[in-house]
Amino acid sequence: MFNIREVLETNRMIQENNLDVRTITMGISLRDCAHEDVKAATARIYEKITHRAEKLVRIGEELEAEYGVPIINKRISVTPISMVAESSKTEDYVPFAAALDKAAKAVGVNFIGGFSALVDKGYTDGDKKLIRAIPEALATTDIVCSSVSVGSTKSGINMDAVREMGQVIKAASLRTADRDAIGCAKLVVFCNAVPDNPFMAGAFHGVTEPELVINVGVSGPGVVKRALEDVKGADFGVVAETVKKTAFKITRVGQLVAQEAARRLNANFGIIDLSLAPTPAIGDSVAYILEEMGLECCGAPGTTAALALLNDAVKKGGLMASSYVGGLSGAFIPVSEDAGMIAAVEKGCLSLEKLEAMTCVCSVGLDMIAIPGDTTAETIAAIIADEAAIGMINNKTTAVRIIPVPGKKVGDNVEFGGLLGHCPIMKVNSFRADDFIARGGRIPAPVRSLTN
Amino acid sequence: MQIVLTIVGKDKVGIIAKVSSLLAENNVNILSINQTILEGYFTMVMLADMEKATVSLRELQQILQKKGEEIGVEIKAQHEDIFHAMHRI
Repeated sequence: MFNIREVLETNRMIQENNLDVRTITMGISLRDCAHEDVKAATARIYEKITHRAEKLVRIGEELEAEYGVPIINKRISVTPISMVAESSKTEDYVPFAAALDKAAKAVGVNFIGGFSALVDKGYTDGDKKLIRAIPEALATTDIVCSSVSVGSTKSGINMDAVREMGQVIKAASLRTADRDAIGCAKLVVFCNAVPDNPFMAGAFHGVTEPELVINVGVSGPGVVKRALEDVKGADFGVVAETVKKTAFKITRVGQLVAQEAARRLNANFGIIDLSLAPTPAIGDSVAYILEEMGLECCGAPGTTAALALLNDAVKKGGLMASSYVGGLSGAFIPVSEDAGMIAAVEKGCLSLEKLEAMTCVCSVGLDMIAIPGDTTAETIAAIIADEAAIGMINNKTTAVRIIPVPGKKVGDNVEFGGLLGHCPIMKVNSFRADDFIARGGRIPAPVRSLTN
Repeated sequence: MQIVLTIVGKDKVGIIAKVSSLLAENNVNILSINQTILEGYFTMVMLADMEKATVSLRELQQILQKKGEEIGVEIKAQHEDIFHAMHRI
């Protein structure tokens, strides 16, 4: 039997501190859906997704009710579409995105990820066609997410792809200009992309994954913040220990839900992603955890150190709580999705440059950042290159999800709605990198010793 | 399946009686009761067995919620596994 204190602690975490399971993501292999006829291929894709994920939402809701813990999102990730579509005799991959959108809506999930290409070292013909289709695909679908991996520690950085992704982001922005460039909020550029990430917009079902898999992303920044309120002024040993214990409890809930979901859906249990994923809700912010550690505002000197401690302690606590850990696993810092980050930008405390520094010590990268609409494709590509370099050298995943909002300038605000939140337009360094980006080619893979 | 019931609210006569008779009506067997007054609030945690229950957990949750509103307390019913996961290794 549990004592009253334990039961009330769990329920307080859920009711007052926004403890939730952020997502149950079902990974589905589409490798057997390729066909030279586009119509046949997209029909196979629709058929397979709607069949495999038929019960996903219902089981998610069942678990939510039984355990009394909210499960915010049910999602699907699929094999990178460039690989599936490649066999089809067509130049236009937009119909594949339409099939994903239709299938995802039919089963009632929140998002589907995998309109993706992995071009770390170079393009296949299918990769080229997929990347070309991204702006139109994101403009004409609602819940399809796209990602492109442009580099890795083992391969170096494909600078041709970096340059092209700068142009693709601009095109996606212009194509959805009437909706504050929402297309760009569904597009991630990765270095060291992972095959089992349950979080959007970067989820895809990697080629080494099984036929059907359940990956779960936990959350709970509010719970960590609340736990730290009890150790005000204590030294960092105590802070780290408190975060670890809290992460352990949060992750155990994720593990329970993941195992049970996999069992009921007749799928493999893949991984738990140990992430602190904020939402725009008050009290569900990673920035507020950093401030609880003693910073006046997120972005102040000390922020990178605070985030490093937080990120590491979350992993240490979470690793003990789950049998399989993977995905992105770390604290997320998506600006528009975190009330504390938004406030820090509004106060002038948090800059793009500080965010870049923060991404060196946490998961994942420059995420949900709105920038002026007149930022050039070359400057966006250069920002991607910087972020990819951090990932490549430090052997970690980094990503860029940046949104140039047409017609908006620094100080304006942009509203994406729902979990995507809202964000003030951030200042971008206006000095140019055009000649750097024009070079193209590949940045060679880095040496793995002499690591200073 | 064993469930944990949490009942929190302003103390008054008959809360335990009303909740336990409701459980009896639905053939839910009470295994243990832990009750105290916390910061002036009636707080009770019950462990119950639903093996022979005549309703599903979701139906029971709805019945309990309605009863809770009627007597002015909050009643939650959850599968015990979430507490096992979080508090026992």
